[in-house]
Amino acid sequence: MSLVQFLVLGALMFSFGVYGLLVRRNAVMVLLAIELMLNAVNLNLIAFEAALRTAFAGGQVFAIFVITVAAAEVGIGLAIVLLIFRNRRSANVDEMDLMRW
Amino acid sequence: MGGWFTEASNWWFLIIAAFIVVASFRVVTSGNVVHSALFLVASLAGTAGLFLMLGAQFVAWVLVLVYIGAVVVLFLFGIMITRAPTGPKVEADNPRKGFAATAATVTFAVMTYSSISAFGHTEVSKVGSGTATELIGNQLMGRFVLPFEVVSFVLLAALVGGIVLARQDTSDDIEEGGGQ
Repeated sequence: MSLVQFLVLGALMFSFGVYGLLVRRNAVMVLLAIELMLNAVNLNLIAFEAALRTAFAGGQVFAIFVITVAAAEVGIGLAIVLLIFRNRRSANVDEMDLMRW
Repeated sequence: MGGWFTEASNWWFLIIAAFIVVASFRVVTSGNVVHSALFLVASLAGTAGLFLMLGAQFVAWVLVLVYIGAVVVLFLFGIMITRAPTGPKVEADNPRKGFAATAATVTFAVMTYSSISAFGHTEVSKVGSGTATELIGNQLMGRFVLPFEVVSFVLLAALVGGIVLARQDTSDDIEEGGGQ
């Protein structure tokens, strides 16, 4: 197996995430697209670890860190979305224009 | 490229990759939020399969436990609580699809070009017989102990922050006369 096939698959997943991030209206769906992008990053880390086989397993350890931070991110993100929904009766990002000049 | 198709693991890669691409595409195009979350499960499961192929068993099962077991369930709760639009008639996307597709395509093209030009001939080394789990445990408690503790503190802060943000503050409601 060559390394490039995993990198291209990761790039494709990341690009789908970029598309979803830009095009979605609901904030929960924006968060789903962000999870897709973080997952593509994890795939890259594991693929590079499999190619380099570092003595300290750096790629796998940092993939675990990324998973942890992503879990924290989705917890806080959903709490913020919940708060915005409670205050504005909508979770659509294009209606959140309170701080727009 | 001629010998690429003779390797059995590459066929497995193609099957899983096609599965992941279809699932990821449906995550960002499905009009139903619940379907999007469930396609994310499929995409993550395929990624966990690739991790197993690459000899990262521990990370693969952490992905299954944390993402599929916890994060997606959290998403489903979020979808239900915010009453996100789940009907097919609701417009889930904003009208600037062309711009977003262009940005995504350019991102993909740049990353693919740079990956191929930099790592075009790098091979993934063969997976050994043992697992890397023991090594990861030793490294987390040795070389990476400080980042490990910092990340646990981040989780604690996120836990407290999530509770503070999502808590319904009833005393404010009374002061503002019912508020909200």
